Amino acid sequence: MGILERFGEKTIAFLEYLGGIISLIGETIRSLVHAQIRYAETFVQSYELGIGSLLIVLLTSLFTGMVISLESAQQAVQYGIGSLVGGAVTYTSVRELGPMLTAVVVAGRVGSAIAAEIGSMVVTEQIDALRSMGLSPVRFLVVPRLLALAIMLPLLTIFADIISIVGGMWIAQAYAHINPASFISSARQAVGFDDVVKGLFKSFIFACIIAFVGCYQGLSTRGGAAGVGRATTSAVVISIILIFGTNFIMSYFLFGGH
Amino acid sequence: MEPTIYASLEDVTLSFGENVILKNCNLKIVRGAITCIVGLSGAGKSTILRLLDGLIEPSSGHVYVDGHDLCHTPERKLVELRQKTSLAFQFAALLDSLTIGENVGLPLREHTALSDEKIRHIVDDALESVGLRHIYDSLPNELSGGMLKRAGFARAIVTRPELVLYDEPTTGLDPIVTNLITDTIIRLRQKLDGTAVVISHDLHSIFRMADYVAMLFEGAIIAYGPREEIRTSSNPFVQQFLTGNEVGPIPV
Ligand SMILES: Nc1ncnc2c1ncn2[C@@H]1O[C@H](COP(=O)(O)OP(=O)(O)OP(=O)(O)O)[C@@H](O)[C@H]1O
Ligand SMILES: [Mg+2]
Repeated sequence: MGILERFGEKTIAFLEYLGGIISLIGETIRSLVHAQIRYAETFVQSYELGIGSLLIVLLTSLFTGMVISLESAQQAVQYGIGSLVGGAVTYTSVRELGPMLTAVVVAGRVGSAIAAEIGSMVVTEQIDALRSMGLSPVRFLVVPRLLALAIMLPLLTIFADIISIVGGMWIAQAYAHINPASFISSARQAVGFDDVVKGLFKSFIFACIIAFVGCYQGLSTRGGAAGVGRATTSAVVISIILIFGTNFIMSYFLFGGH
Repeated sequence: MEPTIYASLEDVTLSFGENVILKNCNLKIVRGAITCIVGLSGAGKSTILRLLDGLIEPSSGHVYVDGHDLCHTPERKLVELRQKTSLAFQFAALLDSLTIGENVGLPLREHTALSDEKIRHIVDDALESVGLRHIYDSLPNELSGGMLKRAGFARAIVTRPELVLYDEPTTGLDPIVTNLITDTIIRLRQKLDGTAVVISHDLHSIFRMADYVAMLFEGAIIAYGPREEIRTSSNPFVQQFLTGNEVGPIPV
């Protein structure tokens, strides 16, 4: 009985969460359709988000590219197929690791900051003040952050892809004496332009997840400073889980069939 | 002539969880008049202003402002309606990412087509009227609580709204600024023929500016009337509140 009740409560809480996020998405789309966009704020957010995340994105992708190259080069050279290393590194970077790692890093850095900022605006009545002035918090806060993420995350992903391939190329040469020309020609064979586009599409979806979850957690903050802390943590946890989940689903439909 | 009603609470009950804050509360706000609400700390005065601004919904009952029922109205419509009303928050609630000048000018920038220059001019005037100068470019976290409160006050009056809700506009301010703010509220009412609801604990300024006084106690308005009527009321609750006596029907 107790278990059933608790299960029911959890189900209701989940449905409420889902409903909340969906209505947030609906209101955001309405704002976008009516072109109610604060361009200056969007620009500032994009700039801060992009510049602020660039270094950490570059570092994580560089080391990831290097480690994939290290592992695959070791195996490949043993079996005499060192010419395939470029393909392996590029393939995994562009299709999976570039978009995923960038999204996870940005969820940790930016998703948390969005939830914390909006959450503290809730507890200090700044959100009520906006509503009271006849300004929609969605138009004022959510839309610029969503747009900034939707523009910058794919851009950061492009940088991540490139640096991870360059790092891989360097290790392949230094460690397994695979020359860059053969690395690149193998990369070209393995990965087409459509793979790059699909990877960027993924990162666009991840951007939406980070923005909506961060904003929603922030807006539904209750209970002072501790509430802001909880909102921040759950924004990161929930968006990372959703990123991994949707990544699998998207890979299945985008790449799985072929 | 019978005064016309601009806003009202009708049989409003509001609870947060188990905690009943307002119980069948009725209140009328007369058009073009200043109505002061008094009551104990935690009685639900700020809650009444939030209801009148449509920021929260009652558990039951109705809230009318200028003929519109604010209950069961979608947020989109409320956002529109709120442009005629403004609320000066008890703790200012300025946006801390904007400067004081940007905060005060925000409603003008968003809702009017005025030029930046004109807005700057109006904002300077509004800041001046609450005794704040030279803080146009300061950020909220660089100011004292009293200064923030006054900037919040300036933001609330800058659009000349039909209904202004002031939540303890003078609490915690020095006597001179208190007079300045009280004068500003009176002046705005006369000049614009606007309606105001003021929450205050400051009896001196209440009896200077109020046209009507309402007393909130245990979730309902237990006394309401023109200022003189309340001042001379024989209601033991009102008497005790006005004299600040510890002995009486209001438990301490
Ligand atoms: N969001 C909320 N959740 C739970 N309880 C609340 C909430 N907001 C207000 N309350 C409760 O409602 C009651 C009335 O609060 P309100 O802020 O309206 O009081 P007040 O009359 O303005 O007091 P003060 O003079 O101290 O400002 C308080 O007991 C408070 O605990
Ligand atoms: Mg209050």
